[in-house]
Amino acid sequence: MARIVILGAGISGHTAARYLNKWVGKQHEIVVVSPNSKWNWIPSNIWVGVGQMQPEQVTFELAEVYKKTNVDFRQAKALSINPEGNAESSKPFVTVEYTLPAKAGVQENIEYDYLINATGPKLNFGATEGLGPDHGHTVSVCTYGHAVEANHKLQQVIEDMRRGQRRTIVIGTGHGMCTCQGAAFEYIYNVDHVLRDAGVRDMARLIWISNEYEVGDFGMGGVHIKRGGYITNGKTFAESLMVERGIEWITRAHVKKVEAGKIHYETLDGSFHELAFDFSMLIPPFAGVGLKAYDKAGEDITSQVFAPNGFMKVDADYTPRSFDQWSAQDWPKTYQTPKYPNVFAVGIAFAPPHPISKVMKSPNDTQISPTPPRTGMPSAAMAKAVAMSICDMLNGADQPTHTASMAEMGAACVASTGADFFKGTAATMTVYPVVPDFEKYPDYGRDTELTFGEIGLAGHWMKYLLHHAFIYQAKLKPGWSLIPD
Amino acid sequence: MSNKPTNREPYQQAYYPPAPTGFTRYMRTSLLWQTIRFLVINLKMLKLMAKSHH
Repeated sequence: MARIVILGAGISGHTAARYLNKWVGKQHEIVVVSPNSKWNWIPSNIWVGVGQMQPEQVTFELAEVYKKTNVDFRQAKALSINPEGNAESSKPFVTVEYTLPAKAGVQENIEYDYLINATGPKLNFGATEGLGPDHGHTVSVCTYGHAVEANHKLQQVIEDMRRGQRRTIVIGTGHGMCTCQGAAFEYIYNVDHVLRDAGVRDMARLIWISNEYEVGDFGMGGVHIKRGGYITNGKTFAESLMVERGIEWITRAHVKKVEAGKIHYETLDGSFHELAFDFSMLIPPFAGVGLKAYDKAGEDITSQVFAPNGFMKVDADYTPRSFDQWSAQDWPKTYQTPKYPNVFAVGIAFAPPHPISKVMKSPNDTQISPTPPRTGMPSAAMAKAVAMSICDMLNGADQPTHTASMAEMGAACVASTGADFFKGTAATMTVYPVVPDFEKYPDYGRDTELTFGEIGLAGHWMKYLLHHAFIYQAKLKPGWSLIPD
Repeated sequence: MSNKPTNREPYQQAYYPPAPTGFTRYMRTSLLWQTIRFLVINLKMLKLMAKSHH
C-alpha cells in the first residue's frame, strides 16, 4: 500500500483528492493536509463581499466530506519537505504543524510515496505598505472571512451615501506584480450593482486601478475576439463596460503604499501619484506559502526545489528569456518536479516559467505588469491529470502518463457584473489556449473560434449554475464525477 | 436660469470606447435571447473542454 499526501484542499488539492479517492482510495492511503477546516468556492466570495451571499453558502467543512471517503484529513499547515528522507530514514516525508484547535501547534512528520503540492498562494499583503485588512487600510475578497469584512465596510459607506455624503471607492490590484485581476473586476461591477440597487450610485465615484497595461489584460496579455465583422481586442469591450457603468480607470499602476484614505502609486511612465479613497478593495500579490525543503543530510535545498517567489519548480523550462523568445513549449505538462519523480505541484503552487503578459518596467525599474493567472478550470485540469498519472505510476508506469499544459488547454471565466436572476449580467469569456501559442496561431496566439466573450443574463445564470454545480461536486454528492471539472 | 445642455467634453477617457445601443442593452436581459445564448455558451464551453482534454 502506497501513501499519497496532498498538501492543500483548495480547488486543485481537493480535485486530486476526489479522484484519487475514487480510483485508488481502497487500495492506497490518501492523506490531505490543509490548515483550513473549510473548503471555499472562492469565485463566489465577491457575492459575499457585497452581502448577496453568506459565508455558509460558499463553504463547507472538509472533515465532514472526507469522513464519507477513505481520505485521511489532517487540519494542519505544511512546514517543510524532506524529499530524500533524513539521517534516520530514506523515506521522504513532510513536516506539518496542526491548526486543529485540539492539536494546535503539534508537529508531525508524515511519510509519503507520492506528494502533491497544492498549497495555493500566500496572500502577500506585506509586499505593499498599508495593504490589506489585517494591518492595512484596504479590504480583500480573497477569503470568505475577508469578504465578510469587505461587505461590512461597504454597507457603512452605503449608509454614508444615504445620508448625502459623497464617497470614493477604489477597486483593483494592490501591487505592480499582482495577478487575479478578474476577482477585482467582478467585485467593482457587483459594487456598482448594489449601489444602484441602494439608490446611491450617483453619490459614488467608482475607480478601477490596476497593473494591467490596458483594461482587460487579466494577466493573459488580453484576448482578441471576433465581433461585428472585426477581430477586436478585449480592451474595447472592457472599457465600454466601464464607461457604461460610469467607472473611471487607472492602468499601468503599481500601488506603493496605502495610508488611511490615501493610495500612493507609481505609473509605468515613472511618475508618482496620490488617490484619495473612502473604501478600497485591492487584491494582494501572490507568493508561495513558504515551504522549506531539506536533503537527507538536513541541508537547506529550498532554492533548488522552489523558485525565488516560493512556488515549486516543475517540468517547465525556466531558462530566462526575453518576451520574443517565450514559447508555449516552456510551460509544464506533467507538473512533476525535475529532481524528485514522486513530487508534483499543481494549481497556484507550481512556478510558471515566465508571465503571459509582457513584462513592463518603469524608468525607476519598477515592474508593473501582471503575473500569470491560474484560475479554477486549469487548476482542476492539472490536478486531475496528476491524479491520473499517479494512478498509472502506482500500477508500474515509470513516468507521468497524463499532461495538462496551460498552453494546450482552454479556460472559461464567467465574471459577474451584477447578481439578479432576471436583471443580472455576467461577462462570459473563454480563451484557448490560456498561454498563447504563436507557432500554432501566428496572428493572435489563440484560436479565435474558441476564444470568445459576451455579456448578458445568460452569463449570470451560468455563474449561478457553476456555483451550485461545483459545490455539489466538491461535497461528493451522488453523481459528482459526471460533472465536468 | 437656463437648463441648456453643455457640449460633451471631448478627448476624455470616456469619450472613445463604444457604447451599447438600447437594442444591445435590451438583448442582454431578453429572456428568450438569453435562453438561446445560455445554450450556445454551454455548447462552446463543452467544445473548449473537449479540445482541452488530454
